[in-house]
Amino acid sequence: MPDIHLSPFISCLSWTLLLAPLIAASAIWLFGIHRRRLAANLALTGMVTSFGCALWVFDQALRQHSHAFAWESSVEWLSVPGFTVSFGVLLDPLSLLMTLIVTGVGSLIFLYSTAYMKADAAFSRYFGVLSLFAFSMLTIVLSPNWIQLFIGWELVGFCSYLLIGHWYAKPSAAEAGKKAFMVNRVADCGFLLGILALWGISGSAASERTLHFHSLQARLPDLIASGAIPSSLLTLVGLLLFCGPIGKSAQFPLHVWLPDAMEGPTPVSALIHAATMVAAGVYLLCRSFWLFAMSPVTLSTIAWVGGLSAILSALLAVVEQDLKRILAYSTLSQLGYMVMAVGLGSPIAGMYHLSTHAFFKALLFLAAGSVIHGTHQQDIRKLGALRRSMPWTSGSFAIGSLALCGIPGLSGFFSKDAILVLAHERNAILYWLAVSTAGLTAFYIGRAWFVAFTGTSHGTHAHESPPIMTGPLSILAVLSIVGGYLGIPHFLGHPNETIHWQVVFTSISAAGIGLALSWLIYGRHWLSAQKLVLALAVPYSFLQRRYGIDEFYNAYVTHIQQRFIAGFCAWFERACIIRIGVNGIAWTTYYASWLIRLWQTGKVQTYALTFLIGVLGLIFHLIRQ
Amino acid sequence: MLTLTHYLIVSAALFAMGIAGILIRRNILMILLAIELMFNAANLAFIAYARAWADLGGQIAVFFVITVAAAEVTVGLAIAILLSRQLNTLNADEVSRLKG
Repeated sequence: MPDIHLSPFISCLSWTLLLAPLIAASAIWLFGIHRRRLAANLALTGMVTSFGCALWVFDQALRQHSHAFAWESSVEWLSVPGFTVSFGVLLDPLSLLMTLIVTGVGSLIFLYSTAYMKADAAFSRYFGVLSLFAFSMLTIVLSPNWIQLFIGWELVGFCSYLLIGHWYAKPSAAEAGKKAFMVNRVADCGFLLGILALWGISGSAASERTLHFHSLQARLPDLIASGAIPSSLLTLVGLLLFCGPIGKSAQFPLHVWLPDAMEGPTPVSALIHAATMVAAGVYLLCRSFWLFAMSPVTLSTIAWVGGLSAILSALLAVVEQDLKRILAYSTLSQLGYMVMAVGLGSPIAGMYHLSTHAFFKALLFLAAGSVIHGTHQQDIRKLGALRRSMPWTSGSFAIGSLALCGIPGLSGFFSKDAILVLAHERNAILYWLAVSTAGLTAFYIGRAWFVAFTGTSHGTHAHESPPIMTGPLSILAVLSIVGGYLGIPHFLGHPNETIHWQVVFTSISAAGIGLALSWLIYGRHWLSAQKLVLALAVPYSFLQRRYGIDEFYNAYVTHIQQRFIAGFCAWFERACIIRIGVNGIAWTTYYASWLIRLWQTGKVQTYALTFLIGVLGLIFHLIRQ
Repeated sequence: MLTLTHYLIVSAALFAMGIAGILIRRNILMILLAIELMFNAANLAFIAYARAWADLGGQIAVFFVITVAAAEVTVGLAIAILLSRQLNTLNADEVSRLKG
């Protein structure tokens, strides 16, 4: 375990880093809700301050001799006998990398939003929630214990709900927000149980138990070695904790909320539903990798869920017509890669892909946002020839797409290759699944590119977006290109690895085949897309129904949950709680008082009789003494 | 020879009759009369004790009781008149406005 040492200066920096967006959010809600300019400036200032502090801390970290530093500064937040919750910041390479991504990409997206949301009526509310989101995300990332992590986890879910439903007057947006919230609650239920179980096994007496990451890591292996914790219990805890990432990182079968989340504003999709929040699940897996790694069953479950999510969502992206939804499925698929990497035993590969994905997927989303801004259209069939009317946007989209495909030299190539090499070593089936996913990825993004950006225009009057939008696009494009040369795995403590030529060749061929096919079908019209759809009608319609998972959930909710479970609860409430419990007490009181009221006749003579009996009783009592 | 006990027995009998009158009779005037009966039972007991123990205090108390009884009767009769005017009845059973 690394030594914990934190100078007052870095402590101050890290607290500023965490709290700046919260202060900005509070100020916006208090003073800026009717002042658009102030709100945007406050949000940007908060975010850039955070990013500046993160860079400063990073600079300090690079001066350390070892890369295994872990700085912590925390305050006691609430304390009951035997249980203390602290709130603080934990800075190690993992959290620092994630902080840089969140604040860096966040700053660019905040800047982009000022132009994208210019005409929006709820401009200030948008920035208020976005700042609150930044704070919540940093709460997760910098958390030194499970409780703070869970609080941040729920807060980002809440902000995500608010932002998906930003245009709440639109029924589909309101529904999508609700769906995201509900699906995440299902997952978080398991997650919370996992945290409680972890607390339960972390010691024998209440005073010894802890939810602190480092204390757990120091203590649990000994407890397991001594046989105090059975391995089956450990597997259960691991699987329950994995429920959290399944929900937040939208893995199968709880992925259904993420495509619908595209109802929110596009910068939100870029920041929350592509670059940062959905990556929180992967971050969590990396943060407590040692815990998951102690149970092989948990680890292989994680790997398979990730691998299946990757290929199943890549298939869905192939039949999607909505530009943003294609990117959403692509996000699901890439998150699947990351989860699979963790499951296969390399959190560093997962974090590496998370970082590069944050760059190129934010880029793709912001480019898509620019397209929507310029054309008010997001169905790729109605777009076309954007390459000429929107050169900057198209260029950025092309770079993002190539990085996503894993074309050599771009950031996506390095990180995806790290995962493929890992899969090649560990699990042949998952390896081929991942390679097929790479091919499919190239195909669907090629399809989006050839349909929307080349070909003929469909009469939409496209215009290039203002520089305040293309500026962040260019920066992200540069990051997407150079992301592979920044030494991210080295910073996380991974030695430089040699290139595995066979894997490189396979992945490049898969991407090449995918791109070539999409070019032949959608660029050259060498094969007719309509004929292909007709020839593959059955699998096509199955994919268009999204494997029927949404229908299954609907059927489950309406026919089983509403009828039986909710029906029983309603009956129990009406019959037992209301009739016997609430009304029962009322009736008992009523009749008891009726009985007592008989005493009160209102006739003086009755009272006199009572009085007489009382006096006689008293006299009798006195005489007996 | 009439002893103290004889007087007290008469007094107790009068008192019991008074109580019975209050409890049984329904006419307010009769109830007032029964109350007078109880006063006089008490007066008789006072006088009997005053005679037996040769103490004038008992007789003084009786004068007080008679005075108070006179005052009480005025109030009682006033209530009776008001009742007959307001509720048009002197039946105690029909007067149950004290009921909670």
